[in-house]
This record gives sequence, structure tokens and C-alpha cells, in this order.
Amino acid sequence: MTSIYPFSAIVGQDEMKLALLVAAIDPSIGGVLILGDRGSGKSTAVRALASLLPKIAAVAQCRFGCDPDDEPALCDECRDKLSKGPLKIRQIDVPVVDLPLGATEDRVVGALDLERALSQGVKAFEPGLLARAHRGFLYIDEVNLLEDYLVDLLLDSAASGENVVEREGLSLRHPSRFVLIGTGNPEEGELRPQLLDRFGLSVEVRTPKDLSERIEVVRRRDAFERDSAAFVGNWRKENTRLRRRIMAARDALDNIELSDEALKRTAQLCISLGTDGLRGELTLMRAARAVASLDGEKKVADKHLRRVAAPALRHRLRRNPLDDAGSTTRIERAVADLFGP
Amino acid sequence: MTTLSDQHPSIWTNAVHAAALFAVDMSGIAGINLRARSGPVRDAWLELLREFLPASCPICRVSHHLSDERLLGGLDLAATLRSGRPVAERGLLVQTNGGTLILTGAERASAVLAAHIGAALDAHEVNMQRDGVCELSSARIGLVMLDEGIEDENPPQALLDRVGFHLDLDQVHWRETVVVGFNRESVIEARRRLDQVDIHDDVLCALCEAAVTLGIDSIRAPLLAIRAARAAAALAGQRTVRREDVALAATLVLAPRGTVIPQSGASPETKPHTSETDDSCSFHADEPEAEVQSIDDDRPLSEVIVEAARAAMPPTLLAQLQHSDALMMRTNAAGRVGALISSARRGRPAGVRRGEPRAHARLNVVETLRAAAPWQPLRQHEIAQSQAPALKLRRIEVRRDDFRVTRLEHRGETTSIFAVDASGSSALYRLAEAKGAVEQLLSDCYIRRDRVALIAFRGQKAELVLSPTRSLARAKRSLAGLPGGGGTPLATAIDAAATLAVAVRRRGQSPVIVLLTDGRANVARDGTPGREKAALDALVAARVVRSTNIAALVVDISPQPHVSAQRLAAEMGARYLPLPQADAKNLSLAVQAVRRTECL
Repeated sequence: MTSIYPFSAIVGQDEMKLALLVAAIDPSIGGVLILGDRGSGKSTAVRALASLLPKIAAVAQCRFGCDPDDEPALCDECRDKLSKGPLKIRQIDVPVVDLPLGATEDRVVGALDLERALSQGVKAFEPGLLARAHRGFLYIDEVNLLEDYLVDLLLDSAASGENVVEREGLSLRHPSRFVLIGTGNPEEGELRPQLLDRFGLSVEVRTPKDLSERIEVVRRRDAFERDSAAFVGNWRKENTRLRRRIMAARDALDNIELSDEALKRTAQLCISLGTDGLRGELTLMRAARAVASLDGEKKVADKHLRRVAAPALRHRLRRNPLDDAGSTTRIERAVADLFGP
Repeated sequence: MTTLSDQHPSIWTNAVHAAALFAVDMSGIAGINLRARSGPVRDAWLELLREFLPASCPICRVSHHLSDERLLGGLDLAATLRSGRPVAERGLLVQTNGGTLILTGAERASAVLAAHIGAALDAHEVNMQRDGVCELSSARIGLVMLDEGIEDENPPQALLDRVGFHLDLDQVHWRETVVVGFNRESVIEARRRLDQVDIHDDVLCALCEAAVTLGIDSIRAPLLAIRAARAAAALAGQRTVRREDVALAATLVLAPRGTVIPQSGASPETKPHTSETDDSCSFHADEPEAEVQSIDDDRPLSEVIVEAARAAMPPTLLAQLQHSDALMMRTNAAGRVGALISSARRGRPAGVRRGEPRAHARLNVVETLRAAAPWQPLRQHEIAQSQAPALKLRRIEVRRDDFRVTRLEHRGETTSIFAVDASGSSALYRLAEAKGAVEQLLSDCYIRRDRVALIAFRGQKAELVLSPTRSLARAKRSLAGLPGGGGTPLATAIDAAATLAVAVRRRGQSPVIVLLTDGRANVARDGTPGREKAALDALVAARVVRSTNIAALVVDISPQPHVSAQRLAAEMGARYLPLPQADAKNLSLAVQAVRRTECL
């Protein structure tokens, strides 16, 4: 197993890091899309996130890692167990599951267990990647190159929060709620609108332009490649601190006050930009709340809205053929108009 | 052991060094793009590489139209049936673990293939999730891309960015291919030493600085240069990276990636597209042919690096950089070439997927049987148990779940080439409309599989504002700040559109030319003003288009439809569409109509 680059050692790229942290604090945000230059550390950041996440409680011996505190979302097996007595609980790592481009459908949604069919002649369900990603993250690198039929499967499951499999007379449904994380290079082509809409936050990453920042990136990367164990060790303290912040932010999330004033500001911003639908507003509000919680504050203020306005709204603007300014510029303009420079 | 020769190192000498360094640190340098025609020079280089690589190192040659299954692996059916438990078949990426993958026809590799290989180069492992088997296997490979691209045909950027060296052997004569400075033993020795080679922090900084000075945006470049410098030091038997190692790394890694030729002296640098370049790294170069070996130790290291890279930059680059707009577009466009489109109806087979055979999906019998095979014992057992008299035992039980259909892909994309009259006579607002139409076309291109290119003509020239793209991000960038005003060089514009159309067709796509003009040419092909000659030239250019059989549409955008545009359309064999109130939507519909006729 190759070691993972520590999240806190990533230089710059603040928007990307913030978006990933927001998704870790509030999974209901609905996924993060990261588009940008080659070699700007997109994949590194997503993989780094995995090692940062605190453990979660799950039903022991459940193949889907059901949440014992969320009774309505339990899988059938766990429900059976629950009717017989209290559920056993264990702590598991938050799953961060890679969906490689070359994956076939049966591995994504799950299929009959070939091993058991061959050796024991038994029909048993073998969970796929959607099951493994339940309560965690599903990561797709080069998301704009994903085959259409796989995109359809993802969209189905993402919309309903569960995965339905019908194979060989075996019919099964299991919960599958995951934060979708996609990375890609916009020059490879556009993302399908349905999939684009699925992402709560959309981040643009650029290769750093500042020389000293670039040097720092190269320096750390080189140190990591030469002696990854030592490098990870050096950053362990920093990573632990960040993990504690995430945990605290999660716990505090429900108590963050979202004043009418802040709601009004959110609505004003969305109206001035003419975003489609309410999803933008909802995401912006939730993301701002997560940021406030991460900062250890009690209520959502303008400064929190400011920081997440671009990622929450960037991909929801209607395209205006006659306005050449990019989405980011338009949002910055609207934010400056509303909140002052 | 030879190091860089006293004179200017030849391309071949550099190529030999590249092969040796790659052999020393294969997974660190990641790979080599070898641009060369198939022939004795390329063979000689590959032979050399083979000599450098340890005997145990697997070398696997694959073609660009390799299937996902071969590359990534899947279920080994025969072994599975024999042993009664699922057996995974390892793909070529995993089989090549610890060795070199040679990709032929790299300039035609698809974006998906590039993504698969790129993922393996990054992670050094392959995550296979296919056919009911999942396996994470290590795949430390080096990639050699054989690139036979002509002109602006390039391998996917995703791979070019990841591989350390870009070699171009087209200028090398086979008689030059004799120098050998290293052998397998020196490589093996260097491999052993590689881990202990130190690199000073100021060397690292200097490489980063030099990359910025040369206008290299990707941060992978300095990282790869560091690896190359380490390998060079190891090969030379050193413990620390020396200046000549860094210079060699700059020659091999940075020079081919450079987009800016650094100017000498303190003259302000003119780089239109790299405004990010840090001005603090000014430098004072002496002579272009400054020798790498005899470097005066007082000179800052980044200067040495830039100088080495500059000496290795092809002289033609300077000429290209003068038209840096075109260059930028070309480099951006690379990687999109040869993108494959999946289709239900036509094209060549590109793998299978589960699905019902319907009108346009052909059942793949072999794959269906393969899918059914492992389940036979289970099903036979079930039927025997059910004791239904009607169910006779069949040799093979095929169920609906087994149905596999062939996925097809084809290159039949359409590229709509817009040639837009941006002259004074077609008022400025027409240009805005054309921009709108291009964006309109792009925004639904996901469904239509269309690409769009934009040529604007005004004054004395026609300019490729947007090379064929499907990306809105790029379109937006290129469309911004498209100026208007001046004369109407119609002939030049038609020529430019036709040239592009032919190039597009060479790639197996269908071009459609959409000419938006009022037809009133007033600048001749040679740039001289004058209505008569200009009109004549335009008609001649139009006839050339007709002779190439390229589908075309002439959109008359003058307020009153005019006979000159009509005549032009006739000569071009194009459809004529008077559109005095052209709006983006109508234009898009008209282009679709022409496209359809073209496809039939």
C-alpha cells in the first residue's frame, strides 16, 4: 500500500480544500466537483481527505455499514437484527471509494457473488462500489470521461439514496448515500448537465502562479516521494488537529444559528445572479453553515457566505452568450455589489 | 563513459541520455514521448533502450486501440471454469509491472485510454473493478509513446504532461545513431545509487524558477526535472546533483515544454500568454551557444538551466512563437484529437455492456455465452430441483441477465467551422450574434456530438479564433475580446476555412463550413484592396471548396439579402440562407439541417 499525501501538507488551493472540508462536515451538501489544470493536485487532495476523516459508528457485520442511529435507513438485514435485539456497534473508517473509469456495471451496482455460486451453488449478493461508498465518498477521477451508462446508474442511485439490484431472480435494495466527488479537466469536454447539477459545490483549480508557492509545492512533493513515511510523520500533528476541527464542526453543525438576515442575504445573492432553482440557495446556505461551524462560530455571517458563494453557485448560472465574463467573475461582482468590497 | 560532448549536444546524444535516464528511474520519470516516423532511427533508439533496461524488465508493446479488458484485466473464464472459483485475468498494465509499456500510435490514443494509463502512472497501481472481480494490483510502469503525428497531431495532453521526456527524432539521420555511452551495467549500478542522491534545495528552487521563465505552467515539469537530474547524477556515479545534471534535465524535460523563448538582457519580456511569469527571475544570457560544461560557477543556477533549455529549443519554435496565438490553440487542442464517440448504431466495436438487444443494440453472442458460462452449474442445479416437467434440461441456460450488447464507437463527429465576417461592413452586432450561435451550438453539443471552430476575418487576414473544440470553457476564453472592423478579405477566409475543413476530415470527422458574411468582398487574396479582384478571388476560393466536396452553408447577414452572397453560395456548392435577423437559435437550427444532409 502506497502512503497517502497528508491533507494539511497541500499548499494553497484554499477553495478546493474548503469545499472538501465542507463536504466532510455536512455530507448532505451533495458532492464536490473539482475541475482544473493538469497536475494541480486534484486527485491528491481527494485521496488525502480519506486519511483525515474521523471514524464513524456502524452496525457490526453489516455489509453496507448501516448507521445504527438512523433507523429508517437501515438495510433489510440490520432491520431483522434490530427486531431481535439491540444492534452491535463498531467504529469504521469513513469509506472513500474509487470508481475507476474502466469499471463494469456489475461492480458498480453489485451482482451475484461468483465465488459462492461456483463453489457452493448459492445465490448470494455481492455488494458493489455503490454499497461500499454508503455513508462515505465515491470518487471518480476524469469524471467527464465516464461512460454514459455508468453515469445513469450513479444518477439513479444518487437521486433515491438507495440502490436497487434485480439479478437472477434475486431482488435486493440497499441504502446507498454517498458524497460524490468528481475531478476532471474541462478541456477534455463538458460534463453532462444532469451530472453537473448533482454536485453541490464546484471548484476551479489552477496551477499556482506564484513562484514561491510553486517552489513549496515541488519541495513538499519531492520530500514526500523520497521518504513518504517520514513526511507523513512530520505532518501527523497538523492532520490530527484538522481532524479534531472537523469533528467539532460536525458536532456543532446543528447548533449554528442561521438568522433571517443571513437567509435574506443568500436569497438576494441568488436572485441577483439569476440562478436556476432553489438548489443553489440551499447549498449556499448549508455550505456557509458548515464553514461557520468549522471556524468555531455560533452564527452564519456574511464572511462565511462570501467564502462559499463561488463554489456553490458557479455551475448554476445560466449561460449568457453576450457576457464574456466567466461565472466566477460574475459571482465575484455580485458578491461585491451586495456585501461591499 | 561519455557525458555531454564538448560541442552542442546533438539530438541523438540527448535521446541516448534520455533512454539511459529513463532506464535508471522508470517510474519516476514516468515515460518518454518519442516523436519519430517508423524507421531505422526509431528502431535503433528502441533497441538501445532495450539494451539499457535490465534483462528481467518486461517490455510490452500495445496499440492505441487496445480494449479496456486487455489493458485493465477482467475475469479469466477458462481458468474460472477449470478451478471452480473466480480467477482474475491480469491486464497488460499489471503484467508490465516493473517494466516498460510501449504504446504505438500514441497520437491517436483516446482520452479514455490516456486516463487509464495516466491513472496507473500516478498511482503505480491498477484498481480493477470488472466482471465481478475486484483487485488492486501494483503497476509500476514506464511508458514509451511512439508518436507518429504530423504537424499538430499530438498524443493526449494527459499523457504528455505526465511523461518526463519529449523527444523528436524526425531530424536525426540514421547514420548518426551510433553513439553509445552507457550500458546495462551502468544503468543497474545507477539504479542502486538512485535513492542516495541528494538534491540541494537551491537546485530545486532554480528548476522551478526556470520552468516559470520558460513559460511552463504544469507543476509536473519541475518535479520530473528533479527526477531526471537525480537519475543523471546517479548515472554519473555522483552522490549529489551537479550543475551538468541539472542542465541535462533542463534540456530533456523543460526545453520541449517551453512556450516562451527567454529574451537576453534586461529587455522587458514579451509573453502575451504567460502574464503569470515572475519578473524577479530576470537573467543575463551571454551567447545562445553557451556551453553547458564550461559554466562559470558565479552564474545563478536558474540562468544555467534556462540557457541549457534554450539551447535545446528547436529553432522553429521562435517562428511559431511569433504567432503565439496559434501555438496556444494548437497545444490546447492536442489531446482532443481522435476522441471516440460511442453510438448505438454504427462504428467499430469498443467493448460490451450488459443490456437487452434492441433495435440498435446488437447482441454479442460470444460475450453473452461467456457471461452465462460461470452460472451454468448453479442454474442446472436449480432446474433439476424445481422438477418442473416442462423444463427440459438444456445444454446451456442463458438468462436475460446474461445478454451482452456490443458498444460501438465511431469518429463521425461533425465539426462546424464558423467563418465570421468581422469587417466594418458587417456591423459589430453580427459578431455578437455569431458568438451567441457558437455558444448555443456548444451548449447542446453533448447530445449532438458536435464540435465548433471559429475563424474571424477582417482587415487583411483571417484568424483562427477557436480551434475545433467541444469545451465551453475554451470557447468562452477565445470568444472574449474578438475585435471587429476593417475590410472584408473573403477569399482568405474561405481558404482558411477550407484548409481547416480538410484537416478535420483527415481526422475522420465530418466538417461543415458555415460562412457568415454579406458577400461583399473588398480585400483580395494578396491583401490589396479593391472590390473587383476581391470578389473574383472569393469566387475562385469558393470553387475550391466545392471541389473538395465539403458541406457548406452561406449565411447572408446583410440587412437586405444580396446577390453576391447568393452567387458565392452557388459557386461553393453551399446552401444559401438569407438571415437578415439572424439569431443564435435559428442559426443553430440551420447548421443542424446541413449537418444532417452531410451525414446521410
